[in-house]
Amino acid sequence: MGNRAIAEHAPAAGFYEEKGRFSGLFAWIFSTDHKRIGLLYMISILILFSVGVVFGFLMRLELVSPGKTIMEPQTYNSIFTLHGVIMIFLFIIPGLPAAFGNFFLPIQIGARDVAFPRLNLLSWWLYISGVVFALLALFTGSGPPDTGWTFYAPYSTQTGTNVSLAVFAAFILGFSSILTGLNFVTTIHRLRAPGMSWFRMPLFPWSLYATGWVQLLATPIIGITLLLVIFERLFGVGVFDPLKGGDPILYQHLFWIYSHPAVYIMILPAMGVISEIIPVHAHRTIFGYRFIAYSSLAIAGLGSLVWGHHMFVSGQSYTADVVFSLLTFLVAIPSAIKVFNWVSTLYKGSIVMETPLLYALSFIFLFSIGGLSGLMQGALSVNVHIHDTAFIVGHFHYVMFGGTGFGFFGALHHWFPKMFGRMYNKTHSRIAWFFLFVGFNMLYFPMFILGWMGMPRRYYDYLPQFHTWHLMSTIGSWILISGLILMFANLIRSLRKGERVGSDPWGGSTLEWSISSPPPKENFEEIPRIDHGPYEFKGASKE
Amino acid sequence: MEDESPKHGLVGYGTYFLTWFALLVLTALTVTVAGMKLGSLSILTAIVIACVKSSVVLFFFMHLKYEAPVFKIMVLVVILVLAIFIGFTFFDVSFR
Repeated sequence: MGNRAIAEHAPAAGFYEEKGRFSGLFAWIFSTDHKRIGLLYMISILILFSVGVVFGFLMRLELVSPGKTIMEPQTYNSIFTLHGVIMIFLFIIPGLPAAFGNFFLPIQIGARDVAFPRLNLLSWWLYISGVVFALLALFTGSGPPDTGWTFYAPYSTQTGTNVSLAVFAAFILGFSSILTGLNFVTTIHRLRAPGMSWFRMPLFPWSLYATGWVQLLATPIIGITLLLVIFERLFGVGVFDPLKGGDPILYQHLFWIYSHPAVYIMILPAMGVISEIIPVHAHRTIFGYRFIAYSSLAIAGLGSLVWGHHMFVSGQSYTADVVFSLLTFLVAIPSAIKVFNWVSTLYKGSIVMETPLLYALSFIFLFSIGGLSGLMQGALSVNVHIHDTAFIVGHFHYVMFGGTGFGFFGALHHWFPKMFGRMYNKTHSRIAWFFLFVGFNMLYFPMFILGWMGMPRRYYDYLPQFHTWHLMSTIGSWILISGLILMFANLIRSLRKGERVGSDPWGGSTLEWSISSPPPKENFEEIPRIDHGPYEFKGASKE
Repeated sequence: MEDESPKHGLVGYGTYFLTWFALLVLTALTVTVAGMKLGSLSILTAIVIACVKSSVVLFFFMHLKYEAPVFKIMVLVVILVLAIFIGFTFFDVSFR
C-alpha cells in the first residue's frame, strides 16, 4: 500500500519547506503554524520525558536493595518529587494534546490552523518558561523541592527547600495548558470544515474537546492554589494554617479539584488516539461512535467530581467520603463503555497487527488493570489499608504510563509516517514494543503486591521481606528503558533513513490521510466539504 | 460555521450607570449581610450576591446580553461548574 502511494506522490517536504519571515531555528520557535508548534512541543516534551525517565531509573536503582544504595534520603525525596513534577506537569499533561493535538486537530476537522495561532505559540513559550523556572528550582535556593509533586500543605508551606519557585513554574505551565484548551475548544466550535457536523468529527478531536473544557475550567483553580502556597510561604497568610483559622485539608480539596480532572486531561486524548488507531488497523468502522464521543464528555464531567477520593484518610467528613466513593464508581462506566466499544470494533475486523495497534491493545490491557485497581481504591474500606502504599504507585503508573504513555507511543507510531513522510523499521518497532510491554509489567505489577503487603510509597528504605519484589521491579525498569532506547533510536534513525511513504500508508479514512505526507503548509489546497462520517472505510477507502 | 457576531448597537450611558449603581447596592448588601451573623448561611449569601454581581458585569459591561446563545450557555456552564466545586468543598466542611 505504501509503495503504491509513493508512486502516486513524489516525495514532498511539505510544511518543512515553508518559507516565512525567519529561517533556521527562528523559523520554528516563532512559527505560528500548528504543525511546527506541535513538533516543538513534541521535541521539548520528549527531552523532558527522558529526564523524568532518568530520575525514575535512579529511584529504582536506590530501591534495588534495602538501606542506602546510591543516594542519601534527602536526595531520594528530591528525586521522586522531580520525577513526579516533570512527568506530570511537563510530559503527560501537555503530551498528547499539545503535541499531537496541535498537529492533527486542525487537519482532522478540515481547518488550516487553530483558531488563535499566535496564542498557540504563546502557549509553547509559556511552557518553555515554566520549564526554565522548574529547572531553576533545582539549582537555586536551598535545594530542590522535596514535597512530592502534590506540594501538600502544611509541609510545602514550611519546608526550607525551593518550593516557591517550583510551584511558580507549575503556575506558569497551567497558563500554557489553559490557552491550549481555549484554543482547541474554540477551534472545534468555529473552524470545522463545511459539512463536518459534530457527529462527523473524528473521535480524537472529540476527546480533545472534552479535555479542552477540563483544562479551561479546572486549571485556574490549581493556579490560585499554588499562588496561595507561595503567599503562605512568603507572608504567612494562614489560609492553610489552623492556628490562623485556616484549613490544611482545604489545600487538598483545592489541589485535587484540579489534579484529579488533570488525570482525565492526561487520559482522554490517549483514549481519542486509541479510537483512531483501532478502526484504521482493524479496517472497520468504529463500533458505537456516539457512545465513545459522549463518554468522553461524561468522563470529563464525572471525572471532575471525584477528587475527594484522594482524601479518604485526610480527615474530610465521612459523608463526603461516601459521596466521592459513589461518584468514583460512576466514572468507571463511561471508561468501560469505551473499552467495550474498542473491543467490539476489533470483532470481525480485518486486523493488521501493525505496531500502533500493538500499542493500542496494550493500552486496553494496561488501562483496564489500572482502572479496575482504581475502583478497588474507590471502596472506602479497602482504601484505608492501601492508601499511600506502593499499590497507589502501581495503579497510577498503569493508568498514566500504561494508558497515556502507551497511547502516546501508539500515536507516535500511527502518525509518524504522516508527520515525517517516512516509515520506521517495523520489525525494530515491534521488538521495542515487546521490551516496553514486558518491562512495564515487570516494573509496575510488583508494586501492587508490595502495596498490598504494606510497603509505603515514597519510602527510601524498606524491610527485608519486600526485597524480592523491589528487585524484580528494578530489573523491570532496566528492560523498560532498553525498550525506550530501542524505540527512540528506531524513530530517530527513520527520520532520515526510513522508507518514504505516500499519503495513506495504513488505509485510514480521516482527513489527515487524504493529504500528502508530510502535510503541506496550511494543510489543504481547498477546504474539503464533508458528506460522510469519519470511519467509513468501504466507500471512503483510498484503495 | 454561521456568523454569530453580535447584532446590537451602542449601549447607552444610562444602562452603564444603572449597572454601576446596582453593583454598589449589591456591595452594600454584602457588607450588611456579613454583619448579620447568619452562621453557615452567611457564606452562601455572600456567594449568591457575588454571583449576581458578576452576572451583571458579564451581561452589561461585557456585553454578554447581546451575544449569541452559545456564549451564554458556555458562561452558564462555567458558573455551574464553579458552583459545584465550591458546593462540594463546603459540603465536606459542614459535615465534619
